[in-house]
Amino acid sequence: MSDLLQIDFSSIQEPRIVGIDLGTTNSLVAFMDLTGPRIIPGADGERLVPSVVSHTAAGEIVVGNPARDLLITQPDRTVYSVKRLMGRGVADVQEELRLFPFRVTSQSESVIHLELGGKVFTPPEISASILRQLKQNAEAYLGEAAPRAVITVPAYFNDAQRQATRDAGRIAGLEVVRLVNEPTAAALAYGLDKRKQGVVAVYDLGGGTFDISILRIHDDIFEVLATNGDTHLGGDDIDNRLLRVALEDIQSEWGEDISANAEAVQLLRRAVIQAKEELSFAPVAHLELKFHGKTYQREIGRDLLEKLIVDIVDRTLGPCRNCIRDAGVKVEEIDEVVLVGGSTRIPMVRRAVEALFRAKPHTELNPEEVVALGAAVQAGILSGKVENQLLLDVTPLSLGIEMMGGAVTKLIHRNSTIPASATEIYTTAVDGQKNVLIHVVQGERELARDCRSLARFDLKDIEPMPAGMARIEVRFLIDANGILNVTARDMRTGREQSMEVKPSYGLTDEQVEAMIRESMEMAEADFKERQARDARVEADRILAAVERAKQSDTYAALSGEEQQQIEVALNRLLLAYHSDDHLVIRAEIEAVDRATMKLAEKIMDSAVGAVLKGTKI
Amino acid sequence: MNASGCWKCGQEPHDSLFCKFCNTLQPPAQDYFRFFGLERSLGIDLAALQERYYRLSRLVHPDHFQNGTPNERRFSLDATAILNDAYRILRDPVARAEYFLKEEGLEAADRKSKRVPPELLEEVFEVNMALEELRGGDVSVRRALEAALGRFRAWCGEIDGELRVFFAEYDRRRERDVLMKIRNLLDRRGFISNLVGEVEQGLETH
Repeated sequence: MSDLLQIDFSSIQEPRIVGIDLGTTNSLVAFMDLTGPRIIPGADGERLVPSVVSHTAAGEIVVGNPARDLLITQPDRTVYSVKRLMGRGVADVQEELRLFPFRVTSQSESVIHLELGGKVFTPPEISASILRQLKQNAEAYLGEAAPRAVITVPAYFNDAQRQATRDAGRIAGLEVVRLVNEPTAAALAYGLDKRKQGVVAVYDLGGGTFDISILRIHDDIFEVLATNGDTHLGGDDIDNRLLRVALEDIQSEWGEDISANAEAVQLLRRAVIQAKEELSFAPVAHLELKFHGKTYQREIGRDLLEKLIVDIVDRTLGPCRNCIRDAGVKVEEIDEVVLVGGSTRIPMVRRAVEALFRAKPHTELNPEEVVALGAAVQAGILSGKVENQLLLDVTPLSLGIEMMGGAVTKLIHRNSTIPASATEIYTTAVDGQKNVLIHVVQGERELARDCRSLARFDLKDIEPMPAGMARIEVRFLIDANGILNVTARDMRTGREQSMEVKPSYGLTDEQVEAMIRESMEMAEADFKERQARDARVEADRILAAVERAKQSDTYAALSGEEQQQIEVALNRLLLAYHSDDHLVIRAEIEAVDRATMKLAEKIMDSAVGAVLKGTKI
Repeated sequence: MNASGCWKCGQEPHDSLFCKFCNTLQPPAQDYFRFFGLERSLGIDLAALQERYYRLSRLVHPDHFQNGTPNERRFSLDATAILNDAYRILRDPVARAEYFLKEEGLEAADRKSKRVPPELLEEVFEVNMALEELRGGDVSVRRALEAALGRFRAWCGEIDGELRVFFAEYDRRRERDVLMKIRNLLDRRGFISNLVGEVEQGLETH
């Protein structure tokens, strides 16, 4: 197809947009059909794709359920909960790194680098593998390309975490049309279109993050009033509590500390997760670990679980109270509460939410699917399929700049509706100054060092002039994805001011571009590898068929020269068999085909003859 | 809003979000009152402002320009940012007055005015002492601080009432001396609300 034709075509029909929930524990992809949002299952029929990625010894990337099994047998090559590492530096995640079986390389200060089986990956690359799997699932199911996506992020994600998510999408070959906050997506999925007016709270406790959002619904406009949360709080923390108890138990029972054995720890981790899930429906669960001929087993009561996690549940309540205050509503004004995330299945969590909001929470939709469904609704809005509904979201954290002395001046306050902007005028402090450095931070604290550093913007090549004469207008704009965009203009000339951006955390544009190239090459290599494998399967089939034919009387009746030709063709195919170029293999398959054509015809004739005669050959 | 006419069809300039001739989104007005199509005044009908905000959101939001041209997408982002900024400022009487006065060349001297109004000197001194003692671990001052907090909040309420009166007076007479009075009230209010913040933080963290 010519480029021109493609452009013409795309202007008529924009490609479909899918909705993706890129979760800590599980990921899902959904789409909008005529009846509403629907989850797309994988080839195995499963709707949830575990967010687990393994780099196998054969050099392949495996995602989802197969990778979850590799977590047990190949823990040092397998990553889970990578979402907790997105947009973070190694200093942020010291605590949990001790529990992860995979290795973090040095040079992880601003972007974490994980070593899996001799190859180094960043969190956006790992997430990209998950996204690529979801994209493939969608394409196989829908029977068409799925190049564009809405991806959800925790509402409390900061700029770096959002950028890392968007980078993951780009590396996976997706156009990330929009990042949507998870609780807001859930509110969309609940439709709540039954409700024309009202105030709704969304409590979202997932595998690794906690969000609370309060929205006002007004004639199909979903206006977020405030959001709060903790990007380091979720079901993983509950698993770790249970795991620690079980490890101590085993140590006293077996007299052996197995916490350094990654395989045993992952087996045990899987067992405690299962027990935790059972405890949401039963008062007692059975926990069992069989390892190296030994068996550990015990009963866990719901009361013990609740004792272990009471402070985790409590930690969600502070952000809830702050959110209610920031939203400027009274608890009694909140009409409905929606529960999102697998951890909200825990009865203790439900009780706490009910007590705080004094309302029975909604649980009609599957809390693990509701975010992906909402992402599909937003995709529908963006592609014009869903009319009337409009989402107005907010930025979770205040944006500020560091002043002289380290204090922060806030430019855009938290809970401002996005897109939001602020403008500052900069000038020079000394004669002939050519650069101005702007340090942008995110957070609520007074001092820059207590906030999250986002980036340093270096205004460059300022025309030398007396101090205070230069006037540079810098515009800070948080877009609908919650991501900061900065532009600068020289007010004297009206020209765009040149500027260098140094992100504090995360990948540079150049690094992302390089990863996109590499992943495309990888995809190409994967494709070639698959083609070669397919060719070998065909070669096996023809080699077996010829071997069988050689046992027949018809073969024996061939001339010596004809037999010789077949032998030569077979040998050539065997030589080409391990080539990584499928064309070479296929050429030899065809040669064998040609050399055995006469033999095949004769066998066919004799077979037909045999049938006619009613005898068996 | 565009001196050289519509960027798309080139028709004459006009003061609206969309070109009257080809209905294309235009570069947005930067002025908050103009953006909302409101007369410049200190008093505002908040219910009408909210209705207009929702209606304009539906018209310019980036969600509706996903498949638009690069120009339209940029103007949509700019317009929505200004719309949100404007709504945030205009719906809050204090922020609205600060914006109005800044446009009139009566900007607050400092972002955080540190100059203590003379009539508050004594009160400020006592509160700072109490905060010092609280940080030092003396919780007996909590009640005094809570009482001060109540007083400060009441003052803010009083000032808000006075501001409403002056807003109406300015909108009627449009005289600069009224703006000067509002400036003084805003400075005083800014000072007190900083004080409220400090006391609240002290009580929360100790």
